[in-house]
Amino acid sequence: MRVSLFITCYNDTLFPDTGKAVVRVLERLGHTVEFPAGQTCCGQMHWNTGYQEEAMPLLSRFVEQFKHAEAVVSPSTSCIAMMRDHYPIMAERSKDKKLQAAVAELLPKVWEFSEFLTQKLGLEDVGAYYPHRVTYHASCHGLRSLHIGDGPMRLLRAVKGIDLVEIENLEQCCGFGGTFAIKNAEVSSAMLSEKVRGVLNTRAEAVTGCDNSCLMHIGGALHRQRTGVKPVHLAEILASEEGGQQ
Amino acid sequence: MSGAALDPRTAPKFQVAAKALMGDSQLRKNVRHATKVIQTKRAKVVAEMPDWQELRESGKQIRKHTMRHLDFYLEQFERNCTAAGGVVHWARDAEDARRIVVGLVKASGANSASPTEVIKIKSMTTEEIQLNKALEAAGIHAYETDLAELIIQLGHDQPSHIVVPALHKNRSQIREIFQREMNLPDLGGTPQDLADAARKFLREKFLRVKTAVSGANFLVAETGSVCIVESEGNGRMCLTLPETLISVAGIDKVVPTFQDLEVMLQLLPRSATGERMNPYNSIWTGVDKTSNGGDGPRAFHVVLMDNARTEILADEESRQTLHCIRCGACQNACPVYQQTGGHAYGSVYAGPIGAILTPQLMEMHHAQSLPYASSLCGACYEVCPVKINIPEVLIHLRNKVVKQQSSGFNILANPEVMALKAVAMVFRSEPVFRAAQKLGRLGELPLSRKDGQGEGWIEWLPGMLGGWTQVRDLHVMPKQTFREWFEKRSKDAAGRRAGDKAGKGSDDGR
Repeated sequence: MRVSLFITCYNDTLFPDTGKAVVRVLERLGHTVEFPAGQTCCGQMHWNTGYQEEAMPLLSRFVEQFKHAEAVVSPSTSCIAMMRDHYPIMAERSKDKKLQAAVAELLPKVWEFSEFLTQKLGLEDVGAYYPHRVTYHASCHGLRSLHIGDGPMRLLRAVKGIDLVEIENLEQCCGFGGTFAIKNAEVSSAMLSEKVRGVLNTRAEAVTGCDNSCLMHIGGALHRQRTGVKPVHLAEILASEEGGQQ
Repeated sequence: MSGAALDPRTAPKFQVAAKALMGDSQLRKNVRHATKVIQTKRAKVVAEMPDWQELRESGKQIRKHTMRHLDFYLEQFERNCTAAGGVVHWARDAEDARRIVVGLVKASGANSASPTEVIKIKSMTTEEIQLNKALEAAGIHAYETDLAELIIQLGHDQPSHIVVPALHKNRSQIREIFQREMNLPDLGGTPQDLADAARKFLREKFLRVKTAVSGANFLVAETGSVCIVESEGNGRMCLTLPETLISVAGIDKVVPTFQDLEVMLQLLPRSATGERMNPYNSIWTGVDKTSNGGDGPRAFHVVLMDNARTEILADEESRQTLHCIRCGACQNACPVYQQTGGHAYGSVYAGPIGAILTPQLMEMHHAQSLPYASSLCGACYEVCPVKINIPEVLIHLRNKVVKQQSSGFNILANPEVMALKAVAMVFRSEPVFRAAQKLGRLGELPLSRKDGQGEGWIEWLPGMLGGWTQVRDLHVMPKQTFREWFEKRSKDAAGRRAGDKAGKGSDDGR
């Protein structure tokens, strides 16, 4: 299959290794990965913070960039949730019939990375090897908006060598919430410290998930506290191979 | 936070109030414990219902339909309630409602002088309009009879939860309040001791005071009935013993038919207190007009209060706020509320529902920080018995706040608005985005420190962004963005293909 990668603005800038891992996994499975060069941001930060007018042009840009895609894959639950939950509303608000039709046609072809593997390709074992103790953080958008359920856990269970431990407060928000972490720093920090305690109680070496924004948040505290526990996106675990790279 | 009434007009910003409250470790422990207990009970009784999702959908549709035809159902309620001997009053706003209730209480002492006391059933609507203060100013003392509201009143405190108003207090704190305020220095600390003390304290009021004020859970349009559900029976006392009953209800409390109560009275107790059914379900229709007097109050008044509800109804995006049946499940499920408790919201309506209801009741003139008091995690939406998409409404209200802040010269006073508008411009062009990425790498250089592994991390950020580095580090930007890597890789691959081709060409020529 010809897969068009939507890397997202923050993964592009801050987490290129996640993008590389997505490419590696998809190519290993025999798919071709394309990268539409004009892509920037889905508009989530602006939309969710109340800057809805500013988010509108980003919808048109996304549609323009990906309208010819066979499948769009993105390693970010919150960006995909932004598209599924809000792009139809935005398109309706634009009163642009062509845009509405384009959004309706495009959205069913848009997949979050783990969803693409488990639901579109029907896979669990993607031939990964990762001999480490790992815990999984279920991001709120994946859990309550995309309803990806245990898809990521099934992918992880199929990884050779992995020692997977479930975190106690799996369904609890880590306290990131985009600009919430800055605007309500104290409350966000308190939520984060509970999540970090959950991670540390698992004695895992790495915490994984399908959204680097949560992982950046949790990882920022893990680093501040010098815990040695690393945040690793699911794609990077799935890209690792026995005797291979990473 | 105790003492002064919760008033969104004067309350500090959420983040300021939250910061202060989070220093109270006892309060946080109490809130955490109580919300966990109720959440667990709720989850258990919800799991027993195979048709819970269908029930939620019915609840949503009933509320949606009612709000769409609210004028019709309110007038139908008025007709039927009046025919049954009730008197319906219409209040445009809080002030109107207070004036009407104070007048009714004053007029209620038929055979004696104007009463100086009323008994009250727990009612968030009367808290919303600060009715007790208005009664006090008119020389009328209101006795709260709900156990939690009694604790709040005696403790000179404010409610922190719409269902469990004293949720932030633990048993030993309640004991101290009772010892002090009821003058019972030797009062024991068991639940039985506390309940006995409250019973003794209240029973005397039930028997003496002749006028009661209540709220309402539901108004039934087809019969003109009013419904109140509760757990203690103190409400039932207030509804049956006094001679005059005055019920204050928001106009959003109406349901069309008795059959609709079938859905609501399944959704509400399970969501609110984790009970299959409320221990006390009181539904009454007007007054008993039989000649021998019958049971219950002789005079019954309903005050139908708007207080900005029609404004909310007019907004297509956020009118679902009015679907709320005040179960408080969103408060218990909210990770923000769990950290701060209710007082941080500066309103009797705390938690996620408060974050959308309060600013709208204030017509967006106050409480603008509340729509931001959420990480948009969606836990509230998941538990809402009538499927109010609270995150969606929060985002809509944020947009209203941003529009206020961006209008005219306001924008210049707000660095956040300027910054986000600038970033939006960056995202509108790929070359500009690319340049900004490069600029960012340069800009963060002075802030970067190498850690033990030789990796660059930022431990301090200036201004607004400093909220992040209070407890978190930030990894520096990698030297190469993904798009740079991908382009280089494609170019290299193309180069290799060209090289292969060239090599092949020379082979041919050999």
